[in-house]
Amino acid sequence: MNLELSDEQVFLRDAAKQALSRIDTIAAAREVLDGGERPDLWPTAVEAGWPGLLVGEERGGAGLGAFDAMLVMTEVGRRLAGVELLGHLPASELLDKGGFDGIADVASGAARACFVAAAPPGDLDAGWTVESRDSMARAAAPAVDGSGAVTGEAAWVVDAPGADVFVVVAAREGGEPVAVAVPAGAATVEEVVRYDATRRLGHVRFDGAAGTVLDGVGAAEITRAWDVTQALVAAEAVGAVETCLEMAVQYAKERFTFGRPIGSYQAVKHQLVEMLRRLENARSLLYYAGWAHESGPDELTVAANAARSAAGEALDHAARANISVHGGIGATWEHDAPLFFRRAQLTRRLLGGHAGATDRVAGELLRRSRERAGSAA
Amino acid sequence: MDLNDTPQQAEYRERVRAWLTEHKAEAPVLEGPGALTEEDEIIAARRAWQRKLAEGGLAGTTWPKEFGGQGLGPIEQVIVSQEISRAGVPGILDVIGVGMLGPTIIAHGTDEQKQRYLGPMLHGDEVWCQLFSEPAAGSDLAGIQTRAKQNEDGSWTISGQKVWTTNAQFASYGLLLARTDPDVPKHKGLTMFIVPMDADGVTVRGLRQITGDAEFNEVFFDDVRVGDENVVGGVGNGWGTALTTLMFERLTIGLGSDAMGYSPERFADRIAADAHASSDGEVRQRLGHVATELLAVRFTGYRMLSALQHGQIPGPEAGLSKITTVNAGIAACDLVADVVGPEALSEEGENPIAYHTSFLPGLKSAGGTEEILRNTIGERVLGLPPEPRLDKGIPFSELRAKEKEQVAK
Repeated sequence: MNLELSDEQVFLRDAAKQALSRIDTIAAAREVLDGGERPDLWPTAVEAGWPGLLVGEERGGAGLGAFDAMLVMTEVGRRLAGVELLGHLPASELLDKGGFDGIADVASGAARACFVAAAPPGDLDAGWTVESRDSMARAAAPAVDGSGAVTGEAAWVVDAPGADVFVVVAAREGGEPVAVAVPAGAATVEEVVRYDATRRLGHVRFDGAAGTVLDGVGAAEITRAWDVTQALVAAEAVGAVETCLEMAVQYAKERFTFGRPIGSYQAVKHQLVEMLRRLENARSLLYYAGWAHESGPDELTVAANAARSAAGEALDHAARANISVHGGIGATWEHDAPLFFRRAQLTRRLLGGHAGATDRVAGELLRRSRERAGSAA
Repeated sequence: MDLNDTPQQAEYRERVRAWLTEHKAEAPVLEGPGALTEEDEIIAARRAWQRKLAEGGLAGTTWPKEFGGQGLGPIEQVIVSQEISRAGVPGILDVIGVGMLGPTIIAHGTDEQKQRYLGPMLHGDEVWCQLFSEPAAGSDLAGIQTRAKQNEDGSWTISGQKVWTTNAQFASYGLLLARTDPDVPKHKGLTMFIVPMDADGVTVRGLRQITGDAEFNEVFFDDVRVGDENVVGGVGNGWGTALTTLMFERLTIGLGSDAMGYSPERFADRIAADAHASSDGEVRQRLGHVATELLAVRFTGYRMLSALQHGQIPGPEAGLSKITTVNAGIAACDLVADVVGPEALSEEGENPIAYHTSFLPGLKSAGGTEEILRNTIGERVLGLPPEPRLDKGIPFSELRAKEKEQVAK
């Protein structure tokens, strides 16, 4: 049993902390809402080598695993940094597997990739589905024809604006999924900013866009990319919860009412411990997902979706509790607490949503139960 | 990241597994066909089995060799527990004695006490019980009122009542926390005693719970005399001695909800058997949440094992797993009962869902109430300031008088 971080992992995490400390990304999150310029953090990512984290070493990447990427994402989430890794990292893994010609540029970050993700079929949604613009009903993933031309729309795609290459999950006529690399020029991206300006969102349209179907990438690999995406969202949320908890604990020690620090009251203390409880549960599930990605592929769907569900709900809770521990000041524009609340509010609805991840955990466990019952019968 | 054993651990596991394979036929059968039903028979069989386990080196894994243990670490202890559970045989009968009270005597007892008591405890010849909690002192354990007064000949006379005492009905000895000096602040006037459960003046009464079973007891002490040689850890040092016991208690909890039978797979099996429920969005959300929490506890347990292996002792944060497990267990039983209907609450025969539905509300308070755990974790892990206390520095006798006065108002 060894779940301790290796020296390399500690170094990767500390370097990420260091690299992200150079720009006040939290202040920037507020300034962008006020119409300010979004800081471009991609050069920071490139300098740190993050774009190539999940690409094999022989193709210019670092050849690391999802857990290493989660460590970086946790630091990114701690500071609400708008680094476009959620879109890039799962896409890079698929491009690497699919023998994409331009993989060296993707690994170095010279070309930024974006995963136009589709949720795998589940018990409640048949077929591969993407977010729709204004309904919880999911839309069919874009279609691909025999020549590799993609047609269709995916809404609310994370990190779409400014990407150089899209990795689109598209369905063949029989419903079988493929991953298609589509150069950005062949797609139409409608940039949208909603509530949390640190996220670069776009509705992406393809009208017979010419792309390259990635070889050797089938349903299993695409499902894995979806799961990795869930794990990365989870890691980012874990980082954001860490910051919320630190802010709230600090304030609870300094703010006095009725002659004593508010952190001494059980009503406040217990809320803070609840933040910690949810945080540590989510963190444990990141380990589970990291282990599954490396050594237990059959567990990855349960692990990654459980992590997303737990971390997402931990952030929902922490963002609200942080505001309430701060009292009125926590609900003002100048305060940082609302920026984390905005992060929680938007992200819980992206990439299948928490509810989608929770349902997938249930679906996977039920499927295994039926299998066990079937083999016993 | 590695969930596997080191080569040494794998070798140890192999040895434990081989021993269990060879001896499992001798283990008492407690469930299913041919299971023992009479309590006396069960206890006798489990005592004999504990002796076998001790002789095979599968009890007291972490005890020093000189007291019959193996002198190994907590990881080996976990390996033994895992293998026992894998073999489908019962573990030792006296978990409280061997897991918590023995280590307390090893840490604080006299040489004579160690010689006299540890061997029979380890071999199941003498079962022990823990006499700490009282009707008016649970979370605030230092508020106990059981009195021990020293007689002229040096012996002690004990009077009072203890409660929630597991195994008292067949225990040979108890480790009892008593107040020896009420005129000093409450943590200071306490002393730990070894009390023979067959002494004159000891009365044990079963305490029926919501489940209908009496898994605990109330124990009454009416002028029970014990010798001065029965003091453990010195007069007035009872609080420090009790903290040692509680530290070992913490080591035994939190190492996993799976051991308690709350596995996500098990609950999923119950839902999967119902096709309608399996495709109900709300049922699936509830199952997904419960499973997520229980999976988190499983991996938190692995994180704890990994930390143990790297020489760290789990702190109070281990209590978070207890909070999660109990609440997820409650939510899971509720869900299964909603899916199955009233039949899920049938108390005829063996029905784990009805049993746990009744058992879990009490477990919320056992081993530290949820509220106290949250206080301790808030203060010791997050560094939050403690609540102002009204009992600090005040002699216990005065404190009691004040409490009575306040109630009378």
